[in-house]
Amino acid sequence: MPLVSFRDVQKIYRSLQGADYPALEHFSLDIEVGEFFCLLGPSGCGKTTVLKMLAGFEAPTAGAILMEGRPISGASRDRGVVFQGDDSLYGWLTAVENVEFGLRMRHVPKAERRERAMRYLELVGLRGQEQKYPAELSGGMKQRIQIARVLANEPTMLLMDEPFAALDAQTRTLMQTELAAIWQATRTTVLFITHDIDEAVTLGRRIGVMRAGPRSQVKGVVEVALDGARSRTDDTFLRYYKQVYEMIRDEVAKSLSRTD
Amino acid sequence: MRLARRLWTVYGGYALGFASLFVLWHLASTYLVGSVLFPPPTVVFKKGLLLAENGVLLAHLAASLQRILAGFVAGSLLGIPIGLAMGSFHPVRKLLEPYTEFLRFIPSVAMITVAVIWFGIGEASKVFLIIYTTIFIVILNTAAGVSAIAPNKIRAAESLGATRAQVFFHVALPATVPYILTGMRLAMANSFTTIVAAELIAANDGLGKMLWDGRLFMLVDEIFVSLVTLGLLGFVTDRMFRWSIYTFAGKYSPAGG
Repeated sequence: MPLVSFRDVQKIYRSLQGADYPALEHFSLDIEVGEFFCLLGPSGCGKTTVLKMLAGFEAPTAGAILMEGRPISGASRDRGVVFQGDDSLYGWLTAVENVEFGLRMRHVPKAERRERAMRYLELVGLRGQEQKYPAELSGGMKQRIQIARVLANEPTMLLMDEPFAALDAQTRTLMQTELAAIWQATRTTVLFITHDIDEAVTLGRRIGVMRAGPRSQVKGVVEVALDGARSRTDDTFLRYYKQVYEMIRDEVAKSLSRTD
Repeated sequence: MRLARRLWTVYGGYALGFASLFVLWHLASTYLVGSVLFPPPTVVFKKGLLLAENGVLLAHLAASLQRILAGFVAGSLLGIPIGLAMGSFHPVRKLLEPYTEFLRFIPSVAMITVAVIWFGIGEASKVFLIIYTTIFIVILNTAAGVSAIAPNKIRAAESLGATRAQVFFHVALPATVPYILTGMRLAMANSFTTIVAAELIAANDGLGKMLWDGRLFMLVDEIFVSLVTLGLLGFVTDRMFRWSIYTFAGKYSPAGG
């Protein structure tokens, strides 16, 4: 049984003028336990909508989203979310206090939660920064806090909504390498949303390419049979890049020519 | 020497600014107007010192300050929970908005009339007016603060396993603190306007009463002592408010992120 299963999901947004916009229609997708799944698509295709519904922030208009066979109802700590921007961090808490937030909500004893938070701060390379407030840290460091905060809570799966999109190119590449290493070490199931082919091929075990909206669906899934550290100059890497590129090219063109 | 330099970089600008204010005042009063109706700062300070020594100034000052503090604290304590409720629950906002949106356009100065009729010229009417002038600014700022919370802050807490009550106390409330403090600071400034107006019309003591007596007996220098005291008092309380925000609630400071 897959860990997560979208079955014939439909999502309609209603604008203030009362017009309906069907973002997703007959959307189906399975995510297996322990896999790193990248959902790739042109902007406006509804990939963030998929994540929001799985996170429990929004309900589908029709269809079912199951996790371990049970329908999703609202947000829960078994689905940890890493957001694109830094506005989800708590500015009045230090880095380590942000990381132990979930543990504090569950009344884990102070010494234990501090110890666990420090372990995950170390894992994301933030040792020595634990007493700083988010405002004192760079964009890359803030995303590391978000990742550590979610990992320390030990969720069943990780939902990442273009977490590196706002970072500069160098930091982004570095963060991708580190995330790949963290995933190798923890093997937590990940749903990773991105519009960047390079990022998807670097990180994903499977890459789901979405059609341009409206009425978006998964156009096809590419399995990436690359293990360990992936090199962008590798022939196989380039072959996967090309394969995914061929799939998404038309969709990007469609999304750009949309007149609504 | 290094301390002096630090003091100069921090307070030098202020000192110069204040000095220039008094120099301009002196020049204007002596050369431009040259009338007893606009006394120069030297005369005013001499009078102020006299009134401070015989205790008159301090008694008036204490009376005004007491009223401001009582009303300001009560108004804030009432306004914060109302603002939080309005910002958190849409029905509460709909229910209370007619009150806030209607009453905040009736200036507290206009309410002096009914305050005196209802509560007499004693302390109660003044404290009522200060509460009235404080509460709406605090409510509006608090409610605005709650609405301004980034939805992702709430979503993150929910996905980390926080209950609704935990989201309120651990996310919504701390995220709103800077707005509450800003509202209180604005309310403090308004309290000064209101207390003087109220004391001008009906009071046995206070800085406003001092102003009124000065006009009645043509004691122009006494009027100016009262005016300068008001300015200084407002300046000092505002600085103290800011200082305590930075010292005790630095991470919640309205300036910071």
